[in-house]
Amino acid sequence: MAKQFVKGNEAIVKGAILAGCRAYYGYPITPASEIAQTAALFMPLVGGTFLQAESEIAAINMVYGASGTGIRAMTASSSPGFSLKQEGLSYLAGAELPCVVVNIMRGGPGLGNIAPEQSDYNQAVKGGGHGNYKTIVLAPNSAQEMCDLTMLAFELSDKYRNPAVVLADGFIGQMMEPVDFPEPVTEFAEKTWAVRGVDRDRMNLVSSIELDPDDLERHNQKLQSKYEIIENNETRYEEYLLDDAEFVVVGYGIVSRLVHTAINQLRDEGVKVGMLRPITLMPYPSKRLAELAALEQVKAFSVIELSNGQMVDDVRLAVNGAKPVEFFGRMGGNVPSIKELVHEIKRMMRVL
Amino acid sequence: MSVKILGKSKGFYDTYERRPGNNKKQTHYCPGCGHGILHKMIAEALVDFDVAENMVFISPVGCSVFAYYYFNAGNIQAAHGRAPAVATGVKRALPESIVISYQGDGDLAAIGGNEILHAANRGESITVFFVNNAIYGMTGGQMAPTTLIGQKTTTTPYGRTLQNEGYPIKMAEIIASLESPVYVERVMMADVRSKNAARKAVRKGIKNQIEKKGFSFIEVLSTCPTGWKMTAPQSEEWIKTTLVKNFPLGVYKDIADEVEPLDLSLNLATPERIPRLIGLEQDKMEFDTASMKIAAEIDQEIKIAGFGGQGVLSLGVWLSEIGMREDLDVSWIPSYGPEMRGGTANCHVKLSHNSIGSPLVTHPTVLVAMNRPSLDKFEDDVVEGGAIVWDSALIDIGPKRKDIRSIPVPATKIASDFGNTKVSNVVLLGVLAGFSDFLDPLVVQQVLPIIFKKKHLLEINLKAFQKGLELGRELKN
Ligand SMILES: Cc1ncc(C[n+]2csc(CCOP(=O)(O)OP(=O)(O)O)c2C)c(N)n1
Ligand code: SF4
Ligand SMILES: [Mg+2]
Repeated sequence: MAKQFVKGNEAIVKGAILAGCRAYYGYPITPASEIAQTAALFMPLVGGTFLQAESEIAAINMVYGASGTGIRAMTASSSPGFSLKQEGLSYLAGAELPCVVVNIMRGGPGLGNIAPEQSDYNQAVKGGGHGNYKTIVLAPNSAQEMCDLTMLAFELSDKYRNPAVVLADGFIGQMMEPVDFPEPVTEFAEKTWAVRGVDRDRMNLVSSIELDPDDLERHNQKLQSKYEIIENNETRYEEYLLDDAEFVVVGYGIVSRLVHTAINQLRDEGVKVGMLRPITLMPYPSKRLAELAALEQVKAFSVIELSNGQMVDDVRLAVNGAKPVEFFGRMGGNVPSIKELVHEIKRMMRVL
Repeated sequence: MSVKILGKSKGFYDTYERRPGNNKKQTHYCPGCGHGILHKMIAEALVDFDVAENMVFISPVGCSVFAYYYFNAGNIQAAHGRAPAVATGVKRALPESIVISYQGDGDLAAIGGNEILHAANRGESITVFFVNNAIYGMTGGQMAPTTLIGQKTTTTPYGRTLQNEGYPIKMAEIIASLESPVYVERVMMADVRSKNAARKAVRKGIKNQIEKKGFSFIEVLSTCPTGWKMTAPQSEEWIKTTLVKNFPLGVYKDIADEVEPLDLSLNLATPERIPRLIGLEQDKMEFDTASMKIAAEIDQEIKIAGFGGQGVLSLGVWLSEIGMREDLDVSWIPSYGPEMRGGTANCHVKLSHNSIGSPLVTHPTVLVAMNRPSLDKFEDDVVEGGAIVWDSALIDIGPKRKDIRSIPVPATKIASDFGNTKVSNVVLLGVLAGFSDFLDPLVVQQVLPIIFKKKHLLEINLKAFQKGLELGRELKN
């Protein structure tokens, strides 16, 4: 298919439809509104449902209902709306329903502002709602990946019967880039557990209730082993100039794009620095980080985020004290300049 | 007794296997509880109408949370208050199914007030059963939004007061005031007569859905002997003497006979049609990349700035669209966040031979300044040897710097000569194509008909572009 020059937010919807999503329920919020608008444009054309819900709470519960019938369904929002979806996400995870939730993160806490932040990392990656659950979390850094990872999110979410979150920021959502759209997905595994209003489904139940403590513990253990399988099979990351790197910068989403440019400049100055970019945040590439930390050549890690330092905890856990782990973050919607990044990376690497 | 009969006709499961413990034959409801009676009426109606197997039953959070123990149907258990939203998602996906959304008064009228109001207002094609027992049965007899003034509950130990909790909420009246619902009735579970009336209402609500008439809402004044601390007969008596005085029975709305059946059919597109439908095939173009001569080795980082409405963002998008077709890596990002301070709109465009890292342009190779504040703001950022293209019709004093190439273009003037100042950005595109060596005019001309989305403006746009192109070529020589 032809390459198309599109906004990240638009690429999400086109990718979703190509992945077979036929239900979009959402509530407008900047900087994610283009997702709802694009879905409103295209869902009716492909015979799907677009509905502007009365709230994010309603939207995620509509997704719960739609997903319970076995169809691919999604919702999208930005940080304040993502908070409201946490209740629903907990129920979806508990009932083992697939779905895709997009969060185009903005500045917080509270109403904050509409500029890009990465401050919902913990909420997205550590569960976010109540209970011992996790969602799969994918972090695109380009318009192309907004499409590709949304499609992957649907695939993984169905495969593991678990909600998947596409976690991006205002920049990736607003940015336009060429996207090579793949062919539509045509094969879907049968969902024997779904409730479809037909005779053969009359024993099917979508529920997150387990009254007996032993049953609920078993259910929770099953969820935990599912997350372990996901960790073993689905961890994805990208490496940039790590072969001879003495310093490893870790950043995801828009930050990885900035770091990429900063690294090129640092390399020109002879600094042996590379980057590890997590593409999946749950599962997290902890094993790869531990391997890197064990290399003699690697002297230190630096984590860069548009937050107060949330992902850095996961890097510290993975590195487990083997090497120093430094952090630099900006908040409030401010994005570091390349000059600032180069300076900060040097400071953290103590090569100033 | 009716449970057994229904078991055979498959409204309920034969035995309640999901119910914990040894008692798989009886319900978990307290003796004399209204929920069980209503369950039977619903199951009976579904069997009679021969749609039991098509039912999807949405159970709420409340004493009826375990309705899925009983109903022989696909069951979906919803979060507290969210049943109407869940029902919406189900019904939209399965328009042929019979979706029953069943809720208590805490569930529907308190925590789920928003969901029920909007499902009703949209006229979702579902049947809602609202069990008003004026109390939170499940959690131990706390106040419900329907609890009566003076009624003692575990959270209104001195009785509900007007000052503190306000009046009991009348959901049937509220729902009936909306335009979409086709049928709203309040019934009660007291004596034989009232139960017969209730049975009729249940059937009507379900029949409406079968006939695709829209949203039906049946409020049922229902006994909770446990929460009310009464015997079963006392409870029925209390409904008749007290509860019903506050919640008058009756049909609050019934337009089912007047409305046409809804067309709920799904028209799912086949996969082959998807790419065209979502606009992925429209700009497929034959392109002879071999003949293109993109001289510029240097990557371009372009900043375009001006007032909102001058077409700043579009100009950036066009440049990127052209760059993409010249097989360059391209990115475009609008001014966003803190960048937006100061009243100028701007966008960043990168055209690169390598993959683009940061999409942000801090030191442009080309600055297109469409108004004075933009020139003032960004002039200093331009790289040495870069170019500043500025609208000399709007900016009186050009760039001060001598180490850049200053390219004055009276773009707004030229555009207004064409009769539309809006095309000044197209003139600037022509100028860029004419003087720069990173845009191939041949490519640009092929791309223009694709990127100008407003077809009725194509002619004037092409003229404006041509004028700009000539000007750009003159500037180059
Ligand atoms: C978010 C949330 N808040 C509170 C509860 C606790 N809770 C369970 S049932 C219920 C009240 C149910 O009352 P009602 O809807 O009137 O149903 P009834 O038991 O009277 O039939 C409450 C408050 C919950 N499960 N979830
Ligand atoms: S507490 Fe009340 S509503 Fe709940 S089962 Fe008992 S009688 Fe019925
Ligand atoms: Mg109640």
